[in-house]
Amino acid sequence: MPQPPTNIQIFKAGLWKDNPVLRQILGICSTLAVTNLMVNTLVMNAGLIFTLSMSSLTVSLLRNYTPKRIRMMVQTLIIASYVIIVDIAIKAYLPDISEALGPYVGLIITNCIIMGRCEAFARNNPPWPSFVDGLAVSIGYALVLLAIAVVREPLGFGTFLGYRIMPDGFTPWTVMIMAPGAFFMLGIYVWIIKAFFPQTEEGKK
Amino acid sequence: MIQVDPGTLFFAAIFTNNILLTNFLGLCPFLSISREVRAALGLGVAVVFVMTCTAVINYLVYYHVLEPLSLTHFRYIVFIVIIAAFVQLVEMSVERFFPALYFVLGIFLPLITVNCAILGASLFMIIREYTLWQSIAYGAGSGIGWMLAIIAVGACREKLQQSARLPKGLEGPAITLIITGLMSLAFMAFSGMIQIQ
Repeated sequence: MPQPPTNIQIFKAGLWKDNPVLRQILGICSTLAVTNLMVNTLVMNAGLIFTLSMSSLTVSLLRNYTPKRIRMMVQTLIIASYVIIVDIAIKAYLPDISEALGPYVGLIITNCIIMGRCEAFARNNPPWPSFVDGLAVSIGYALVLLAIAVVREPLGFGTFLGYRIMPDGFTPWTVMIMAPGAFFMLGIYVWIIKAFFPQTEEGKK
Repeated sequence: MIQVDPGTLFFAAIFTNNILLTNFLGLCPFLSISREVRAALGLGVAVVFVMTCTAVINYLVYYHVLEPLSLTHFRYIVFIVIIAAFVQLVEMSVERFFPALYFVLGIFLPLITVNCAILGASLFMIIREYTLWQSIAYGAGSGIGWMLAIIAVGACREKLQQSARLPKGLEGPAITLIITGLMSLAFMAFSGMIQIQ
């Protein structure tokens, strides 16, 4: 029986080795859509970090009381409850951004990464490591999305966090604010990561 | 808010506002299932069916139950439960009455519950304040659009597997994302025809 990993190890694994977006290509749906502006990405990421770490914690706390057969349903309900909290909070404090994000906040529920971590980790581990795992995975996720937004916003709008950084004669790349830009950026990132940092255990799926 | 007749909306949902290529919804099953056309077709058909039906059910529940009781904040929970329950129901009845169909579609049905496109279609429907007919058209159109995209990308990937030599690291998800990007560019060419939102 191997030693249970320490919290630091869990944190590092979630952040880099098992990075949800680059390594497993999970859960990009709901958040990729908002990566054309840094501000939206930041808000969305904050919501996701909160939802993922809190649902991991809750699922883990309830792990001994949840019947196995209905655990998916229970997990979905837990996740949905946290998403409602996030949605109401964003609506109350940041109404403009809430408008811009539209349905995507609600779509955090079906973000496979949350369900995936609950299934793979939180349901078999004590609360504190689960919380750390949720936090690490969601931060790893957030970083990748920020990396996409950091390219898309300056190229697409010529701004960075809303401030103009490009020279006056700069022609915005319209493709970057449209959907294809996000697909290309993510594809290129995945390519770079896979080519330069190959996973040691290939074909583990 | 917007007055579009359901027929136009149906085509808009397929081409100009394709739920996968412009709204990024349903990417997770999309990336894993689009390896071959047959599987893509199976999943696509299941998605069209479930999306149309859940859009209608969610519409009725939202406007006739949640709104009168002013429980609209709970729509996420309600929608996801309805979708999960509906998928379960479909799975059981297909297994019971159409065993042959179950053999083809069976493994795809559970995947649909976590397909964000289904929930996404319902949420867009509420936010854009569609009428019942518009919702039906939008649900069906989005489903067909999603199916179209996954089959097209599946066909590209099948060809790639046979012939292309890709640089290291590009095979698998990376190239799929780039193909999707190109396809999304191609679909942008339709956007001059109809404008919704």
